[in-house]
Amino acid sequence: MQNDRLIIAGREFTSRLFVGTGKYKDFAETKKAIEASGADVVTVAVRRVNITDRSKENLLDYLDPKKYTILPNTAGCYNVEDALRYSRLARAAGVSDLIKLEVLGDERTLFPDTAGLIEAAKILVKEGFIVLPYTNDDPIVAQKLVDIGCPAVMPLAAPIGSGLGIRNPYNLKIIMEMIKVPIIVDAGVGTASDAALAMELGADAVLINTAIAGAQDPIAMAEAMKYAVYAGRLAYKAGRIPRKLYATASSPIEGML
Amino acid sequence: MAETIQIQVNGEQRGCRADATVGDLLRELAIKTERVAVELNLEIMDRQDFDHRSLKQGDRVEILSFIGGGAPVDGQGKGRSFVHAE
Repeated sequence: MQNDRLIIAGREFTSRLFVGTGKYKDFAETKKAIEASGADVVTVAVRRVNITDRSKENLLDYLDPKKYTILPNTAGCYNVEDALRYSRLARAAGVSDLIKLEVLGDERTLFPDTAGLIEAAKILVKEGFIVLPYTNDDPIVAQKLVDIGCPAVMPLAAPIGSGLGIRNPYNLKIIMEMIKVPIIVDAGVGTASDAALAMELGADAVLINTAIAGAQDPIAMAEAMKYAVYAGRLAYKAGRIPRKLYATASSPIEGML
Repeated sequence: MAETIQIQVNGEQRGCRADATVGDLLRELAIKTERVAVELNLEIMDRQDFDHRSLKQGDRVEILSFIGGGAPVDGQGKGRSFVHAE
């Protein structure tokens, strides 16, 4: 597993666990949880600076952009124009051309508007962005995103923050077989076994926020996720046994009395 | 004494010196320029232009930076009611 590096658009990552930085109690907890997770890639949102209360600290004072790959997202954008605007602002705020593109279609489910996503991705790729699109577990849409030039795709496992786990393992499996770029399962993971399952299915990475930040002990859960992703990856590489309906004895019959 | 103009910063009205630049505004607000993006009347500015672009009456300035994210904040609605944090 030593040389088992994840490469996206020429960037190499050691950890296959990406983490979000939302919903934590404070920046100190965010920092500790991210350290415990072992993640290289952390997602952030772009929002207005609080100009009335300047005592508020900056997230990037806690997360060194030299140590972590900062992946800004377009969370909260419900149309193409907003997603483009936030992507361009994220780039102007100055870490890189990387963008986790979200174009949401509905407030209740936060499901992606895949038509809008494809449209926005096309424009951003042309503008030189490295677009990592948050998409549905739809293999055809995933392929279209790759054809546009996305160097990875991020299908959901379940609605964002739902903790429902992998709702459609077969669709994800089809995406993993069909799509030749890294697949990052994003959204819906509830606990460590969900992350392990995503990796066992053949995901190249998993992105987790709420399952860690919302746990009773976020730092312990961050560590659990680190091992789950690692174990799942190892199991995938090792190749599991086929499922059979009946037993197969492990101990030899030969030599019995 | 310098004349005062009215501008809008992150949705709030405020007065500023008529000859002030975007860079002056950021310094007045004690905002470090390295990790912010500035949008002036819906156009994203190059950081090098902060000290060269003078503010004009009615200018709308948006100053943004990175906050914790990855999942939408509960009750944030359609992502339009920006959270106040940096």
